[in-house]
Amino acid sequence: MDGAQFLQVLIIGLSQGCVYGLIALGFVLIYKATEVVNFAQGDLMMIGMFIAFTFLNVLGMPYWLGLMCTCASMALIGALLERALIRPMIGEPTFAVLMLTVGLGFILRSFAGSVWGADPKSIHNPFSGEVLRLGEVFLGFENIAVMVGTALVCIALGLYFRYARIGVSMQAASQNQLAAVLVGISVNRVTLLAWALSAGIAGFAGVMLAPVSLIDPQVGFIGIKAFAAAIIGGLGSLPGALIAGIAIGVIEQFAQITLPTSLATASPYLVMLIILIVRPGGLFASVQRKRV
Amino acid sequence: MAELLSVQNVETLYGPIMALRGVSMQVREGQILALLGANGAGKSTLLKTISGTMVPKKGRVEFQGKSIAGTPPHQIARLGIAQVPEGREVFALLTTEQNLHMGGYVRERADIAESLRRVYALFPALYVKRASQAGYLSGGQQQMLAIGRAMMSSPRLMLLDEPSLGLSPQLVSEIAETIVKLNREQGVTIMLVEQNARMALDVADYGYVLENGRIVMENTAKNLSDATDIKEFYLGMKEQGVRGRRRWKQRKTWR
Repeated sequence: MDGAQFLQVLIIGLSQGCVYGLIALGFVLIYKATEVVNFAQGDLMMIGMFIAFTFLNVLGMPYWLGLMCTCASMALIGALLERALIRPMIGEPTFAVLMLTVGLGFILRSFAGSVWGADPKSIHNPFSGEVLRLGEVFLGFENIAVMVGTALVCIALGLYFRYARIGVSMQAASQNQLAAVLVGISVNRVTLLAWALSAGIAGFAGVMLAPVSLIDPQVGFIGIKAFAAAIIGGLGSLPGALIAGIAIGVIEQFAQITLPTSLATASPYLVMLIILIVRPGGLFASVQRKRV
Repeated sequence: MAELLSVQNVETLYGPIMALRGVSMQVREGQILALLGANGAGKSTLLKTISGTMVPKKGRVEFQGKSIAGTPPHQIARLGIAQVPEGREVFALLTTEQNLHMGGYVRERADIAESLRRVYALFPALYVKRASQAGYLSGGQQQMLAIGRAMMSSPRLMLLDEPSLGLSPQLVSEIAETIVKLNREQGVTIMLVEQNARMALDVADYGYVLENGRIVMENTAKNLSDATDIKEFYLGMKEQGVRGRRRWKQRKTWR
């Protein structure tokens, strides 16, 4: 493998990893707020892709407007799901809520299949086919867009959690629910926000993924790789999830050209296994341990 | 003094266990009230019932004449009741200053600057540590932070659950001084739950004694400190009989 080829694979891996990272952010956001893993996270992204398809191809919106509308409607869907499904489950065993999200994934997949059909679709976007050439390396515009988009989302999230009062209150509620309630933070509101945020991010990830992947009801299964990323990152760490997501994307791309196919497909999970053996809490596990 | 909080015939359950068996008590405006009792007597449960983190099965809780039993705790916080929970419960990964800002969550942003200055004036140690993560503060500093955080909401009534727990005697008297200062200088009414009965009775005006979920005694703090039972059970002062007669056969409990 020469240098140019190496760079080429690296860039594709990075952009793929950004999508994993974005979905992993969604896993972590909901986990931190509610201590429940939302296994329907990938399927939310899939719904986001179909909604983007509807806005862009069916309604013919301009790309950027469609992107924003997709994120907004996904945030709304996330909030509605929380209200309808998660809030009534407060106080039930975590496992029950977990199974609920697994079931939600099935429902979302069959819903998408019956509304938009099972045959793969793709959306109009301003990037497809455009290429930036740097020496011998070809940069697809769609790959650049994913990376820039992810960076922007992460900066926005970082500012939100650090400086916005409501963002700090979400952190507070995830660190100590009792104390949060006592200072007047509504935990229900925090949970609602977490679902809205992570569904919105899933929608964004969907739009970013759309140019490089076909849209069908099964596309949400890449959420499993993103889940592996969230685990590697420590499940409680937003930067960890993002970094691990990107790492998995890169490792997967290199595995595909160096290892036999069967092994390459399993590479994200192999990485997860190794990390879990070496550092059971994940790479970026927070210092604080939950007191029981 | 006007009545700020009144609790009437409150029964609160932990699952099947009745932790409060019909408790009635009043807190008057401007008072420092001590709530004494052994482990498991129901002191913390009473505080949690007032702050709304536990919901009573029976009875009334009234704050400034309005019933608050069953109101969610985050809304009770908005009414002007701030609880300093047992074991400090700071937001460990937030900075000291962020913790304090969260204490003022129920108020407008512009209003909390003055409160922040007051907290830092009262606890200079917190000002020094304002940018460090609260989880890395010492136990005493965390307790100061928990009290400071409760001050930030500018409460009418502050509920303190075992503020002296696990602190050195030096720090205990510092905390005691702070409680008196808060009460005298800022007019905060205080309800203090303590195992450290001596400290509690030193600062308090009035006291209740809880046992097995019932109020068994109430009086001014001074009278309580002089009462024989309190001396024996809570202050550890045992009057030795003429022949060193053991007194444990006499009343060990009130029923």
